[in-house]
Amino acid sequence: MAVLTRPEAGPRPAGPAPGAYLRQGMFWLFLLVLTVIFIGPIVWMFLTSIKTNPEATAVPPTLLPSSPTFAAYEGLLRLDGAYPVLRWFLNSLLAATLHMVLVLTVASTAAYALARLHFRGRGALFVVIVSTLFVPGFVFLIPNYLIIDRLGWLDTVWALTVPGAAGAFGVFFLRQFFAMLPGELEEAALIDGANQWQIFTRIVLPNSKPALATLAVLSFLSNWNDFIWPIYVLFSPERLTLPAGLKLLQGAYTTDYPVIMAGAFVASVPVLILFLFTQRYVIEGVSRSGLKG
Amino acid sequence: MASPTTSAPARGAAARGPGARSSPTRIRRHAPWTPYAFMAPFLVIFATFVLAPAVLGIWMSLHDWDFLLPSRPFVGLDNYTALFDSTSAVFEAFWHGMRATAIFTVASVPFLVAIPLGLAVLLNRRFPGRTFFRAVFFMPYVLGVAVVGLLFRFILDPNIGIVNGLLGTSTPWITAQPWAWISLVAMTVWWTLGFNTIIYLAGLQDIPGELYDAAKVDGASAWQVFRHVTLPGLRTVHLFVVTITILASANMFGQALLVTNGGPGDSTRTALIVMLTEGLESFRMGSAAAMSYLLAVFLGIVSIVQVLAMRERRPRWRS
Repeated sequence: MAVLTRPEAGPRPAGPAPGAYLRQGMFWLFLLVLTVIFIGPIVWMFLTSIKTNPEATAVPPTLLPSSPTFAAYEGLLRLDGAYPVLRWFLNSLLAATLHMVLVLTVASTAAYALARLHFRGRGALFVVIVSTLFVPGFVFLIPNYLIIDRLGWLDTVWALTVPGAAGAFGVFFLRQFFAMLPGELEEAALIDGANQWQIFTRIVLPNSKPALATLAVLSFLSNWNDFIWPIYVLFSPERLTLPAGLKLLQGAYTTDYPVIMAGAFVASVPVLILFLFTQRYVIEGVSRSGLKG
Repeated sequence: MASPTTSAPARGAAARGPGARSSPTRIRRHAPWTPYAFMAPFLVIFATFVLAPAVLGIWMSLHDWDFLLPSRPFVGLDNYTALFDSTSAVFEAFWHGMRATAIFTVASVPFLVAIPLGLAVLLNRRFPGRTFFRAVFFMPYVLGVAVVGLLFRFILDPNIGIVNGLLGTSTPWITAQPWAWISLVAMTVWWTLGFNTIIYLAGLQDIPGELYDAAKVDGASAWQVFRHVTLPGLRTVHLFVVTITILASANMFGQALLVTNGGPGDSTRTALIVMLTEGLESFRMGSAAAMSYLLAVFLGIVSIVQVLAMRERRPRWRS
């Protein structure tokens, strides 16, 4: 009964409740098994990439490579090879970076107007923008292909970076954040004669760093990982991004698993590192997206 | 130029008196065109790549719009009626794809909702390493479908894959049904489960702790607490998760393309694969646009039905 009066729902008191140790043990064992399931495939991808092909396809499989080799990477990292993974890597990096900058620019300015400026049609505009969040993205694929073609953007970096920046998520996400900022600083600045651009760049943006960081990481990740769009709007082998290139690689090296896993690993490392350093922002952004209802 | 902003914090504090509260509307905040200047960059892109395609898509679906042909005659609703006409060329492929998407959605959504919910409850207590495990379960989600597809194509290979190697079996994970569906669902759960887990975790943290204390005082069992405190507290979050999970599953494309390549046979050729092949490989864009709208309408109906169904459950949960 003493336990029931404790107000917090924290961990059990360290008292010798019967079965508590067993329960704790089960809990940790369960977490350990889950961790192996979640990290295992990613580790396996790397281990395979440093094996020779006979070893990678051996039955039964060996866990660790008997003689680690980076041979699979050597062919991939040449810029002039038939499957220039390093070039695809640079293409992806350029596209994702451009996309991120563009999203931050257009979403933050629009969100600022929608959150803190007063103008005719503001409410209706916000409703129109947000309502497109409920339209499934595949509806836009076919007509956007045509629009990209008319703009002469097929097979260019612009096809990868610009259309995605029209998404309503960034505007919605930042507007909610900007709207919560206190108005006092802004009013003081107005009295001091600051214009809206100064308020935006010197008060609102510096006070919104966490939200901007979250949106930056999410837009980088989504562009880096985008698959459907690049496989259709890019044709030249030297202009592909990594996901589109990996599809090509899989078709070409159907049975050379170290090469395929090396390509996949090259595509994974940047996002895994990015996630390692920014997981707080990513997880924050995802959990906030669930609270919009 | 620097002075207004550098001195702003100090003056801001001073201006926060009672008089400042009623004044904001009196200050001339900006020129009438200023908001539109701020909106302009986004609106240009939004109009070009969201509003224009929405209209253009409808226009295309009413024409025999072949990307490669100069003449694109108006055909009215023919592209839509062809999808319902069992003698047309597109009928079988389209409905076969719709069926594949439906199978995947029905098979995957329960797991993609239940497992993250359980995991979120598990992680929603204080123990050392909690943040670490949360990050571990989310990690696969940051990988792209191309990476995940190639990885599982290898892991699940019936002959040399590690899964059969570990299990000592020779299960045809990607070359026979129902194994192919099981594989696609399992890898999708592995890949995306972290997303729903994080959303449920955020929802759990919003449930007031007093409710749990009250349940404890009443002597509720762990299951009763879950059933009568946790689940009702997550109602809105639950509705959101189920909706976005259905939408995401209906978008299934990359996994089926890269792991099973639509096979065995055509069994995992999803609606999206059929639609994109029609539109961007065969370039019959009018027909493909009609397919995409029909699929979108189906999804809309499913969402509405699901929202209504989950609303009805409310009184039972509250009891």
